[in-house]
Amino acid sequence: MTAPAVAEPVVRAEDVAVSFVGRDATVNAVNGVSFTLDPGEVLCILGESGSGKSVTLRALMRLLPFRRARLSGRIEIAGLDVMAMSDRALADLRGTEVGMIFQEPMVAFDPVYTVGRQITETIVRHEGVSQEQARRRALDLLDRVRIPSPERRLRAYPHELSGGMRQRAMIALALSCQPSLLLADEPTTALDATVQIQILLLLRELQREFGMAVIFVTHDVGVAVEIADRIAVMYGGRFVETGPVREIMRNPRHPYTQGLLASTVHSASRGQTLEAIPGSPPDMTRLPPGCAFAPRCRFAEPGCETPPAAIQLSPHHMVRCIRAT
Amino acid sequence: MTTARTLDSKQQAIVDAAQVAVQSRGYWATVAGRIRDDKVTIVCGLVVLLIVFSAVFADLIALADPYKASMLKRLAEIGAPGYPLGADEMGRDMMTRLLYGGRLSLFMGISPIVIALAIGGTLGLVAGFLGGRVNMLIMRLMDVFYAFPSVLLAVAISGALGAGIGNAIVSLTLVFIPPITRVTESVTTQVRSLDYVEAARASGAGSLTIIRVHVLSNVLGPVFIYATSLISVSIILASGLSFLGLGTEPPEPEWGLMLNTLRQSIYVNPWVAALPGVMIFFTSLSFNLLSDGLRGAMDVRL
Repeated sequence: MTAPAVAEPVVRAEDVAVSFVGRDATVNAVNGVSFTLDPGEVLCILGESGSGKSVTLRALMRLLPFRRARLSGRIEIAGLDVMAMSDRALADLRGTEVGMIFQEPMVAFDPVYTVGRQITETIVRHEGVSQEQARRRALDLLDRVRIPSPERRLRAYPHELSGGMRQRAMIALALSCQPSLLLADEPTTALDATVQIQILLLLRELQREFGMAVIFVTHDVGVAVEIADRIAVMYGGRFVETGPVREIMRNPRHPYTQGLLASTVHSASRGQTLEAIPGSPPDMTRLPPGCAFAPRCRFAEPGCETPPAAIQLSPHHMVRCIRAT
Repeated sequence: MTTARTLDSKQQAIVDAAQVAVQSRGYWATVAGRIRDDKVTIVCGLVVLLIVFSAVFADLIALADPYKASMLKRLAEIGAPGYPLGADEMGRDMMTRLLYGGRLSLFMGISPIVIALAIGGTLGLVAGFLGGRVNMLIMRLMDVFYAFPSVLLAVAISGALGAGIGNAIVSLTLVFIPPITRVTESVTTQVRSLDYVEAARASGAGSLTIIRVHVLSNVLGPVFIYATSLISVSIILASGLSFLGLGTEPPEPEWGLMLNTLRQSIYVNPWVAALPGVMIFFTSLSFNLLSDGLRGAMDVRL
């Protein structure tokens, strides 16, 4: 992108790896993910279920079950070393610098408190303002996420709101302390198609308004194109291809990305047979030593037995495939 | 997709407002509305209220002295002049003794549950939230208590401690701690893994805040309802202990004890002898149905 180099990146992740240690097997969910994210940039992590995208997102805030998850690598958010943080410092970071929205707006709110109470609670917790001030802020937030008659919604319980409304409220909650980074974990997946696009537009608008950086996780190529500046395609716990959205769409270089794009329904494809990627995602307890996609890849060759290095096709377009050179 | 890209915000607001025009009624209003439609719960609630009320105000309602015996009136029939519900084997007014007996029976039935709720609830919350070894330690300890049938356990502990109201309450409390702990633990484990707990953590809440605000509030409802359903069992067990001579001691009026002392008179005057049992039955049934009704009415997700 053309962002000035002087800006300090909001996120700097280096070689982040996450594994879940179980009694019978160790699941290597994320295997060395590195990226940086500039202020105001929207990165979309695209991948199938089980490719490690949600885990990557949670790893950034160290929101993983500490007993079973092993996290390594370096993570910096807003210049702060997340890996070295105490629980207390982490709790301060979450919600202030980083906000998060979830896939299921149905269960992301506590059913026994009103929506307003949950938003004001967060504001009071982080900024120590009075209840009254927090309430005014919450009202303003609901207004900004375009919730009609916000006064009434503040007193509503989560189950009294519709799915789209609840996701809007969730966004309001995540934005309550003006974070510089918003993590969105498939926020539109559980919604109707018509509501999906509204939420996407809203997120895009708010992102510009607040100047936030956003990491958006999805399995939906259409959603990614709609919202992203940059796309990272994830497979087997690695970024297999990253680049500006335009370049990835026009010139995908990794066979997996190509397959993903080919298997997406376009309006022009009526009558044409959709191409599907054969096979199923890899078993994360036993990843192949080389390229994780090789077993499903049409172009697999003996050289795929060794882990493919990251190849920079252009300053911003990276791909991990030996065929790309 | 491309044409509708810029729904302007006013248009949007109108659409949304039309979609969700439901007026929020507030939690308690909803609960009250549900209870109003449920006749069984209302009747049971009234019966419970009546029993509690009559026990508390026994000295205002009762016609006679619960300890005043009369050789002449022994085992008087129901409806005998001056003895609306007859008299017991010592010639004491049954109605008065049933009213006073309610005090002890309810006290011995409810207080073990309250204490067990405090102790078992805390244990279950800690076990469920911390998980791992702590969970194992607490839950296996509870399993030890589970190995005994509850009646037997209550009798054994009371027997070891000796007769008396205090000891009976201690033993009943010990009987009810394990089931309450178990229920609290399972609900806590469930709640802990829900998204809103993670959402709370993601917005910067510490463990203590999460337990206090999100876990407790969601666990308390089901556990509280469960505890009320145990009250009926507890009343029966408490009466049972007194019946066996391990709870209250004569001449104290208590339903279980009265049932025991009237036992020999069952062939002489069966109706009077059965009265304490009838009281126990109605009390425990009403508590049970009431807690059932409340469970249904208080569930926000229904």
